[in-house]
Amino acid sequence: MTKKYDAIVIGAGHNGLTNGAYLAKAGLDTLMVEKNEFIGGATVSRALYRDDWKYSNCSYVCSLLRPEVYRSLNLAKYGLQVVPYGGSVTIAQNGDYIGNYVDPDTSRREVARHSHRDADATVRYDRDIMRQCRFIRQFLLRTPPDPTSFKPRDLLEMMYMGKEALKLGEDLIYDTLRFYTMSITDFLDEYFENPLVKASHSGSGIIGSALGVMSPGTAYILLHHAMGDVDGSMGAWGFARGGMGAIADAMHACFTDHDGETVTGSGVDEIIVKNGRAVGVALENGNEYYADVVVSNMTLPRTFLECMNPNDLDPGFLKKVKNFKIRGSSGKLNIALDGVPNFTALRGNPELIRGDMHLIDSTERLERAYDDWKNGIWSQDPYIDMLIPSLTDTTMTPPGKHFMSVFVQYVPPKIKGKDWTDEQVQQFGQTVINQIEEYAPGFKELILHMEVRTPRELEDEVGLTEGNIFQGELTLDQLLFNRPIPGYAQYRAPVKGMYMCSSSTAPGGGVMAAPGANAAREILGDLNKTNTVPEGWLDD
Amino acid sequence: MISKMESVIIIGGGHNGLACAAYLAKAGRKVTVLEAAGQVGGAAATREFATGYKASCAHLLNLLDDGISKELGLASNGLSMAKSGLNTIALATDGNHLTISADRVDGGSLSGEDQAAYKEYRRFMSKYAGIIAAMHNMVPPRITQDRGDLMALGKLALKVRMLGRDDMRELLRIAGINIYDVLKENFDNPLLKGALSLDAVLGTFSGPRSNNSVFTALHRMSGNNAGAAGAASIPAGGMGAVTDALAAAAKKAGAEIRTGSPVSKILMDGMQVSGVELTGGEQISATTVVSNADPKTTIMELLGARHVEAGFARKINNIRAKGNAAKLHLALDGLPDFTGVSPDQLGERLVIAPTVEYVELAFNHCKYGEFSANPVAEITIPSIHDTALAPDGKHVLSAIVQYAPRNLGVGWNEGKGAFMEAIFNTLSAYAPDIREKTVASELLTPEDLENEFRMGGGHWHHGELSLDQFLMLRPVPGSAQYKTPVEGLYFCGAGCHPGGGVMGSAGKNAATAVLSN
Amino acid sequence: MRTVDFSREDHYKNAVFPSPFHSRQKQHNKLREWSRWSDYLSVPAYWCESMEYFAGRNACGVFDITPMVKHLVTGPDALPYLNRLMTRDVSKIKPGRVGYSVWCNEQGRVIDDGTIFHLTEGVYRICSQEHQIDWFMTNTLGFDVTIVEDTHDVAGLALQGPTSCAVLRDMGLDGIENLTPFGLTYFDFHGTELMVSRTGFTGDLGYELWTSPENAEMLWDRLFEAGEQRGIKAMGSDALELLRIEAGFILAGADFLPAAEAVRPTHTRSPFELGLGWLVSFDKGVFNGRQALLEEKQNGSRFHLVKLDIDGNKPANQSFVYTKNKKYAGTVTSAMWSPSAKASIALASLEAPLGKPGEEFEVEIYYQRELKWSRVMAPARVVKDVFWDPPRKRQTPPADF
Repeated sequence: MTKKYDAIVIGAGHNGLTNGAYLAKAGLDTLMVEKNEFIGGATVSRALYRDDWKYSNCSYVCSLLRPEVYRSLNLAKYGLQVVPYGGSVTIAQNGDYIGNYVDPDTSRREVARHSHRDADATVRYDRDIMRQCRFIRQFLLRTPPDPTSFKPRDLLEMMYMGKEALKLGEDLIYDTLRFYTMSITDFLDEYFENPLVKASHSGSGIIGSALGVMSPGTAYILLHHAMGDVDGSMGAWGFARGGMGAIADAMHACFTDHDGETVTGSGVDEIIVKNGRAVGVALENGNEYYADVVVSNMTLPRTFLECMNPNDLDPGFLKKVKNFKIRGSSGKLNIALDGVPNFTALRGNPELIRGDMHLIDSTERLERAYDDWKNGIWSQDPYIDMLIPSLTDTTMTPPGKHFMSVFVQYVPPKIKGKDWTDEQVQQFGQTVINQIEEYAPGFKELILHMEVRTPRELEDEVGLTEGNIFQGELTLDQLLFNRPIPGYAQYRAPVKGMYMCSSSTAPGGGVMAAPGANAAREILGDLNKTNTVPEGWLDD
Repeated sequence: MISKMESVIIIGGGHNGLACAAYLAKAGRKVTVLEAAGQVGGAAATREFATGYKASCAHLLNLLDDGISKELGLASNGLSMAKSGLNTIALATDGNHLTISADRVDGGSLSGEDQAAYKEYRRFMSKYAGIIAAMHNMVPPRITQDRGDLMALGKLALKVRMLGRDDMRELLRIAGINIYDVLKENFDNPLLKGALSLDAVLGTFSGPRSNNSVFTALHRMSGNNAGAAGAASIPAGGMGAVTDALAAAAKKAGAEIRTGSPVSKILMDGMQVSGVELTGGEQISATTVVSNADPKTTIMELLGARHVEAGFARKINNIRAKGNAAKLHLALDGLPDFTGVSPDQLGERLVIAPTVEYVELAFNHCKYGEFSANPVAEITIPSIHDTALAPDGKHVLSAIVQYAPRNLGVGWNEGKGAFMEAIFNTLSAYAPDIREKTVASELLTPEDLENEFRMGGGHWHHGELSLDQFLMLRPVPGSAQYKTPVEGLYFCGAGCHPGGGVMGSAGKNAATAVLSN
Repeated sequence: MRTVDFSREDHYKNAVFPSPFHSRQKQHNKLREWSRWSDYLSVPAYWCESMEYFAGRNACGVFDITPMVKHLVTGPDALPYLNRLMTRDVSKIKPGRVGYSVWCNEQGRVIDDGTIFHLTEGVYRICSQEHQIDWFMTNTLGFDVTIVEDTHDVAGLALQGPTSCAVLRDMGLDGIENLTPFGLTYFDFHGTELMVSRTGFTGDLGYELWTSPENAEMLWDRLFEAGEQRGIKAMGSDALELLRIEAGFILAGADFLPAAEAVRPTHTRSPFELGLGWLVSFDKGVFNGRQALLEEKQNGSRFHLVKLDIDGNKPANQSFVYTKNKKYAGTVTSAMWSPSAKASIALASLEAPLGKPGEEFEVEIYYQRELKWSRVMAPARVVKDVFWDPPRKRQTPPADF
């Protein structure tokens, strides 16, 4: 007979860890169960090549992580250090590039090199994006209201949102309505004239999404990438020193420090439901654990379609889960390099190689990459977002050697409706390598080791259904009170005692920790425990 | 020569201009409609495209507002339907087509589940379309703290709440997404999905997978004139009969309609509109000018951007209006033989959209300035219902064909022939004898539509119909209430709320706005 | 000819570039401190902020204004274009004249302020603090006009102070004394074209000299030769800041937030709220912000930018302003101890309807003496006139000193 816990959290990804840490901080006897031997899920640093070589092999940069969570969980004390890297570059096929520099005047001159007018329009663009960031950030650590409900709490929250929206003022409300429903291409067309300038902004509109840059709704996805910050510098991105796993490690240290227990190495076979109430979990290794509260940090489909008995759920609800849109669209190569690749276009620019490097030169080219995905194949001319974190974080690799993270858009969850074969995975890897080689001759010779990840690998290893990095697409039908499913946006599962805290829930994906924190607040409220989850910091 | 008149000038005698004229004249205003062409009706006019053969660009009536029709007495002004409540035949090359009507769908390849799902789909889509329909005849509210605006917004919100919890949730879920996903959730049959997806993308710059396409599907279903939501009719005498009836109603109410009078310029006296100038140089003065031309043409060309603030000019200039629908008219020697389609079905609405993927692939081309290699089409043979449109025993085939981007990469001079060839190839797959039956043809590309009917971008909505260009965002924030920032100048065309389709609502609402100022 | 090529791919190697006067600035820059002004190196103070200030009030000071953003407006529609762009009636700026103006967005909020130089019939130059080409180009819709940003093609020096006219005359600019305030004229200067305008940012007698970058060093040298006996000094931006506050001139980024950069639209200001209602001309036809400004005129403004004369000797930088009843009234936007007026003076943005001339307030000033912080509530009153307004500023011809 095993002991009974107050709470069990399934999945030690960053949201599960955040959730568990807040529950443990509130004094709940909390158990974390994780299918892998390692914790972190997709927020992880792994030694896949050699012991002295760390790969952030899933998520690879940090910006969205809520600073309120960082501080209240004392992550700095538990060893986390986030270092901004600054800068990015978009490299065109014609051998030119457009850089984004830490120094704003340098950045302005760089845009002016391509279009004088666009350099100035960037001010307007940044301002408008920042306005959207300010508006949305205040809702990230709040539980979405149910617009169909007449409960005082929901009505009050709806009123709060309405009030905040009206505060924007008439013109900005219209801007906001348009922003949420436009395509990133149309949005950029209202600011810029130069194709490379547009291309340099467009990637953020489709990363991780099953949409093309010309699909309405992609402007919001850009916001989802821009609303983070590093030390208040909005839109900035940073590296977690030691790889993304450092974030999970710090969260886990906090969890453990508050007497949380962790079991790794066996996944959940089934969430045990008795008399309509979740009472525990049965692991694949046969062990069973019981608790008053079960929190799933697995994706929505994985939770309800794979780890529960359908008889415990309403068929209508199950249908909605099946209709949840979680199509993967990204792949990743993690590469150990013998040295720094030489991108011809950069002509040795020492600054830009330290940031994001994008290979794209027009929105049209990016849209064509999407057409391949729709057609059930990986993009033959893919969009690539590369980073070499080891240029900034020397703990990642031995001196002189480098780790390169290569994020690729678009990669379908299945090839023409059929599962990926190993051979296709390798072919996909070659497509990407060939693409990089074109921009950086000699690149292939630097490769010491390479891990190729398609949606298949992402799902198999860290449980991202269909390989969708946001654990559910970020479209209007799956945002805010619609996420993950209308009527279930407040982190409660349809089974009593059961909650959801993964990125499938609001406010969505990215290493943000907001779903985990928001779910913890709801759980603690239901249990009448002291709330340990902080309120969002407002700026003004 | 300056003719003095203290009254309202309406630029353009399309259906909205005429409806606006009728309402204003009924309210006692002295109204003059100035139409550039030799006849009223704009794109709805019935024109002879080959000797003895007539057709109108807009070819099906599915959105004409019932209220407007009654208020203006269109029936007593000569409007009657040659055929009402057309079914849709989803064509299949093997003849195994589906027949889709307002309340059921039939066809050999269909499962019982899909038949049931169709009923449910129609139920909730009609319900949601009803909400859009309820907005048709309102001047869009602004989003301000003003009590009137808040009341109007509250009323809209209440309508949504009145759907009931489950339907409200579903509406809030699907309103902003794409028809591809919604169809996939509901149906298995590829042909059914293809045909239904076509309704969502006709006349737009979007494919089934483009978000907003649920909204455009709902918009198309928001008509109420033929009983069921979105049901289509063919007026006797072609679509021109609708605009002729509107013109008759306007004249009866006292409006003057001058055809062959193209306006070249809107005149200003200081900050106030003072009239218009015609191409010939004639000036006509008026303190109120209502433009049925698209907003971009109105502001950037007729008025001149210098007469408005730069921020407003930029917004107008940014209106997306890239037309993608071409119009095909074929003069036929006799009825064509569509495989598997019985003669009595030939008079229905025939669509070529075999799968959603096919439609999406057709759309892919226009993103890059190419026409669809395998186009989609909505086809009618109106002469079956209205023998006046063609000589005895002959017929007219009228089709909307997509996608044909306004700015074709190679230019339409060069591309038109090739596109015609692609269309014939596609049509022949469904009606093998179509080439030999054709005695004359006309293909109007968006470029032609722009030149012929002065629709900016050749777009029948005068501006892309999408959520970011809808209601108080249409045509642009700041003039969504039909009144432009220029004193005395109003919009009344499809570029305004509630958009295109022969509806008359924009004209009516504009009249309301003029009268309330 | 530009002295620096900004279009080079490797521009990133330097964040900031030498101005055409750099070699000469360097000779004078005893403190060896440099600051940044847009793309250029600028000098905050050459040898002593206070001494440089007094050079400007007592003799003359030379300040490098090359980094100012400059646009050339030409074409048949130049005037109607500018009249739609600017709030003021530009037709009143005749050829050979210069006018100060602001321009607004459609909400009637100030995007920037600057000077309009009517160079020759139909040819205008706009000098501004912020980069404007996006907005200026947007404004060309519907106009036959050409806009070129030529910031780097024009080198500029401000020569400000009571002896400035005499120095220019001695330098060989015959007839310079006949140039009236806000006038501009051209000289053949050692075979090069030199444009001189009687303008400046110090509220005193002063001129601005405009030439091409390759003539910049020659101009500087001739100026200092001619001015040697009349107390000419190189002047840095710190001294200029003091001079402009005394003159009551507002500065973008200090006294108002340029609307194009405003993430928080409510933090911006209208011309009325900046005390620049005299620059708004409603009777000239449509212009950007007209509708909103008309409404504001009818419904009232939210703020008033006022000049405060503050009791005591503590400068009131970054201070809050309260009414006599201790209610929040607003904040100081620029402040200083005025060496010429011998007073603590400030520009402050107060909540309307507060801020009428003569109205009394209290300013909460924090000050430090030998590391110890103290706070004082200093009585202050709104004054109508600028703090420094010498008659010589308007006199034509000016006296020699």
